[in-house]
Amino acid sequence: MSSFVAILIALMIVIGSGFTLVAALGLLRFPDVYTRMHAASKAGTLGSGVVLIALGIEAGDTGTLTRALAGVCFFLLTAPISAHLLAKASYAVGYPLSDQSVVDEMPKSGDGANSESR
Amino acid sequence: MTDAATLVDWAVQLSLALLCLSFAVTVYRVIRGPTLPDRILALDMLVATAIGFIAVIGIKTGYTLYVDIAIALGLVGFLATVAFSRFILARGPVQGDDGGVETAREGNSANE
Repeated sequence: MSSFVAILIALMIVIGSGFTLVAALGLLRFPDVYTRMHAASKAGTLGSGVVLIALGIEAGDTGTLTRALAGVCFFLLTAPISAHLLAKASYAVGYPLSDQSVVDEMPKSGDGANSESR
Repeated sequence: MTDAATLVDWAVQLSLALLCLSFAVTVYRVIRGPTLPDRILALDMLVATAIGFIAVIGIKTGYTLYVDIAIALGLVGFLATVAFSRFILARGPVQGDDGGVETAREGNSANE
C-alpha cells in the first residue's frame, strides 16, 4: 500500500464517519419527522457510501471496487425512494409538521386525514 | 510503509469511535422518538450506520467479502423501510395511540 493510497483511505473513512455522525446529530436535533428525514437520508447515505468506496480502493482489485461502486449506486438510488415514501405516507396519514414550520405546501392534499392541519 | 499502516490504523480507530457515537445517538432517537415515522427513520439510519461499520471493519481486517454483506444489508434496510411506510399508510389516521402525536397537534392548533 503506497502512502498516497493510505492517506486517501484514512481521509475517506474519517470523512464518511463524520458525515454519519452529523446525520445522527441531525436526527437528534431536528424538530419533526420531515426535517429529520432531510438529515438522515442525505448525510447518512453519503457517509456509508464514502466508507464503502474507501473499502473498494483499499482492497486494490477491480472486482471489489466494482462491487463497492455498485453498492454505492444502489444506496444512492434507494435512499430517496424510501425517504420520499416514508414522508408521503406520514403526511397522508396526518402526522403534523413542527410548530416552527413556515409553510405547508400541500395543505389540502391527501385523503382528508390532514384536513385539520394547515 | 509503517507510517502508512499506522495512519490507517489510527483512522480506523477514530472512525469506529465516531460510528459508535452516531449509533448511540440514533438508538436514543429510536427509543425516544415521539411518533412511529421517527422510529422508522431512525431504524433506516441505523442500517446506514451499520453499513459504515461493516465497511470500516472490512478495511481493518482486509476481508473484502464484507462488501457483499453491506449490499445485502442495504437491500434489506430499503425493503424494511418500504414495508413500514406501507404499514403507516395502511394503518390510517392516528387515533392518539402513538405518544406525542396528539400533544403535537394541540401545539399546532394552539399556535394558529
